[in-house]
Amino acid sequence: MNEPYRYIGKATQRNDAVGIVTGTVQYLNDVKFKNLLYAKVLRSPHPHALIKNIDKSKAENLKGVKAILTWENVPDWKGGTPGVTRILGRRLRFVGDVVALIAATSEEIAKEASSLIDVEYEILPAVFDEEEAVKPGAPQLYDEFPGNIVTPGFPIFGPKCLTAIAMGDMDKGFAEAEVIVEGTCGYANIPNPIPPEPPGAVALWEEPSRVTIWVSNQAPHVDRMTLSEIFGHEVEIFTHGHPVGGSFGTKIITWQVQAFATLLSRATGRPVKIIYTKEEHIAAFVLRPSSKMHARVGMKKDGTVTAVSGKWLVGTGHYSMTSQAQLAVGLGEVQIMTRCANWDLQTDIICTNRNASGSVRGFGGQELKCAFIPILSRAMAQLNLDPFEFIKKNYIKPGEGYFWRDGNWYIYRGIDYSEAMDKGAERFGWKEKWRGWLQPSAQKGSLRSGVGVGVHGNADIGEDTSEAYVRLSTEGTVTLITSLTEHGTGQRSNYVKMIGEVLQLPLERIFISASDSVIAPFDFGPVGSRGTYAIGSAAISAAEDAKRQLFQLAAPILGANVEDLETVDGLIFAKGKPEQCIPWIATGHDRTIMGYGRFDPDYTLANCMTTFVEVEVDTETGKVTLQNVVNATDVGQIIDPPGLEGQLNGCLGSSGIDSAIFEETIIDPTTGHILNANLIDYKWRTFSELPEIDNVVLETPISSHRFRAIGVGEVATSPGPSAILMAVSNAIGTWLHEYPVTPERVLAALNKVKSQEHAGGAL
Amino acid sequence: MSDITVREKNKKISQAKRVTLIINGEQRNLEIGHLPHQVETTHTLLHTLRETLGLTGTKLTCDNGACGSCTVLMDGKAILSCMTLTVECGGKDITTIEGLKDRDTGALDPLQQSFIDHTAFQCGFCTPGIIMSAKALLNENSTPTEVQVKEALSGNFCRCISHYQVVRAVMAVSEGGA
Ligand code: FES
Ligand code: FES
Repeated sequence: MNEPYRYIGKATQRNDAVGIVTGTVQYLNDVKFKNLLYAKVLRSPHPHALIKNIDKSKAENLKGVKAILTWENVPDWKGGTPGVTRILGRRLRFVGDVVALIAATSEEIAKEASSLIDVEYEILPAVFDEEEAVKPGAPQLYDEFPGNIVTPGFPIFGPKCLTAIAMGDMDKGFAEAEVIVEGTCGYANIPNPIPPEPPGAVALWEEPSRVTIWVSNQAPHVDRMTLSEIFGHEVEIFTHGHPVGGSFGTKIITWQVQAFATLLSRATGRPVKIIYTKEEHIAAFVLRPSSKMHARVGMKKDGTVTAVSGKWLVGTGHYSMTSQAQLAVGLGEVQIMTRCANWDLQTDIICTNRNASGSVRGFGGQELKCAFIPILSRAMAQLNLDPFEFIKKNYIKPGEGYFWRDGNWYIYRGIDYSEAMDKGAERFGWKEKWRGWLQPSAQKGSLRSGVGVGVHGNADIGEDTSEAYVRLSTEGTVTLITSLTEHGTGQRSNYVKMIGEVLQLPLERIFISASDSVIAPFDFGPVGSRGTYAIGSAAISAAEDAKRQLFQLAAPILGANVEDLETVDGLIFAKGKPEQCIPWIATGHDRTIMGYGRFDPDYTLANCMTTFVEVEVDTETGKVTLQNVVNATDVGQIIDPPGLEGQLNGCLGSSGIDSAIFEETIIDPTTGHILNANLIDYKWRTFSELPEIDNVVLETPISSHRFRAIGVGEVATSPGPSAILMAVSNAIGTWLHEYPVTPERVLAALNKVKSQEHAGGAL
Repeated sequence: MSDITVREKNKKISQAKRVTLIINGEQRNLEIGHLPHQVETTHTLLHTLRETLGLTGTKLTCDNGACGSCTVLMDGKAILSCMTLTVECGGKDITTIEGLKDRDTGALDPLQQSFIDHTAFQCGFCTPGIIMSAKALLNENSTPTEVQVKEALSGNFCRCISHYQVVRAVMAVSEGGA
């Protein structure tokens, strides 16, 4: 600990703890609404089709059915980046695309009605593979995207939004190299984070043009903003946030679900609830983007990367909402981990007839590095370089720079993470276990152990804007007014701690508002590990502002200068004179003190997570067992130790490390159906298969806000997958280049079964 | 048909039209039928708890027997309420997460308190199911080993990875100690 804080750095009870363990926290689906209707979606059984005719007469006659909407009777609302995907279209682009929306008095009736709708389809040829999709003559998904290449650039990131990395002199870079490798690798298994709580929304439309939506998303203002673009600015949109039953980045944007409820409420005049089933959640909500990279890398014997050229293909499925943003952030992040003066990395985002990819934690960087690190590894292997030393050498150091998502060049002003890396390596026993490339660290009978290491960090910890109000009641209580929902990290409680520290007030006297976009000020939400620095800064400065106002009122009463005042436990006094104190209420019982805080983006700090893994591979069965994980990071200052531990342990699930071992979305290449869209067939880690996890967390003060802390939660999943690929390759003595490392792939690599290429590449 | 047989038959019908079970210590006499306040023969216990009785602490995730979110106790043992039909629960004693507090004092169950003390949750959506599975284990075996705890919870899906903190929380109330 850097400073003797009262709350910061200490384990304190989360303010929703009792509600969680007694089942009284109200997630969206737990809230009661009067006069509620229930929605169901009729979905396309075909990956690509045109609706020729819809007969809904039978369904409409079913008692309890209140509305059936199809492409013919809805407004021309479109979403996506750019906005070309109609909310209900005539053209269907994936198995699960929306054909009709039904509202009825019960879920059962809505479901029955959906089975009574007769649809005649004209089936169109479909394409599922990104490389096939860009070939001449391939089926085309949109007139707007010739060759199935989605328009590059994410408008919110500005006109120079990063779409490639181009700098330096490629000829010179490759000429300086002592080894040049070229290869292809993919992280193309499109795993699904699958939070337990399904996506959903409740909407109430009021004529002529107001809609109130209850959401289970990370940031109600982002919902409002997104929907306003889609519904048109003349629609007044209020959003109310609820605790989120897991998001992992997926519940940043849920515009379709919210728009479905809105349209049905508009058609019926009643509140309408839509909650996806788990099957819909997996088959028709958000997947990780698919990533493939072809690259040429030049490297020197000392681990200096002299040049990187190549192409990164991002598969986005049937449309893109955030893929351009992920691509921009990924390109920034790859520079943070790889110091290199000469880049020519081009990109394409490709659409195919499958469920869409969207926002997921790791946001582009995880996808890119999982493909890039295996290619870098081949160069390291040729030079006999230890990957840990490579990572340590090449990770950004203070004073170095990078192009970030907006296309601007930023100079990094954070700390050197080498010490955290060293401490992690020590804890893991890297030096003892690393035996060289393609060398197992241990073997026993048919079992081979192997180790791997990966790294990830991003400059998103200071992205976007946050605002907060801190209201003081002079009887000595405080309310933080924020639009943030609790999505599992415990950050709402952490802001209470930060405010408690600024105002030196018992935590029990600090309350936090419900989350909405009606009264609470703007916040981009807890994404990209920005919660601690960006959102924390807004909360802190709102508390400081409120304190300043309080002191301005108290100074004349105490006959002291504002700068000399202090407050502890609701009492104000001049420094060193606690005996001459007044309670806050002495400034007047009839007043509201409202502090305002704002954070503006800062891309000059980055976090860093290094993950070491050890696996054991059974060369007879091909089974890979994860035995041991060490995560090493430096957070500047821990805010809440158990909360942080939870975030770091999260490295396994939500399409993190396990997406390299067994998690994948399996699409039937002939029908386009997702074959494992349920929690039995989609594999997940159980309690009885837990590896050991050890988290090494350093606290080197970082110039962020007054607590000198930064967030790392989002990136915990990201370094692991490529480390697994490395570890398994080392264990079995041959290169793997596809995720996940299923027994089939392991045995194929060992030449024990015939391989079936489908989701990766070749080096 | 004699009067007596008709009476008997009517009695049977009226009996068949209700299902009586104990939920969190309270006897509930639920009508079977098609009205919103009634229980359909197709309703799962999960549906009845959440939609008919408003006990929303029990969570729905997969509705398919795969994730353990909907775990409740039936006569002290863990069951999946999404895989159980309400009409088959006649005479059973059901405990949900809402009923785990001490019924007289309102104090939290030591297991609930231990989950708080160990921050054994992140988003908390899986937590009620995990607590009920752990409670069932402790009912049967008050001194489980860590391996037994993990085994008992292996049907509970947690995507945030609260597992490590959960195991510590359960072990802390195991009478054998950690
Ligand atoms: S909801 Fe019952 S097991 Fe998943
Ligand atoms: S705490 Fe979020 S799924 Fe378990």
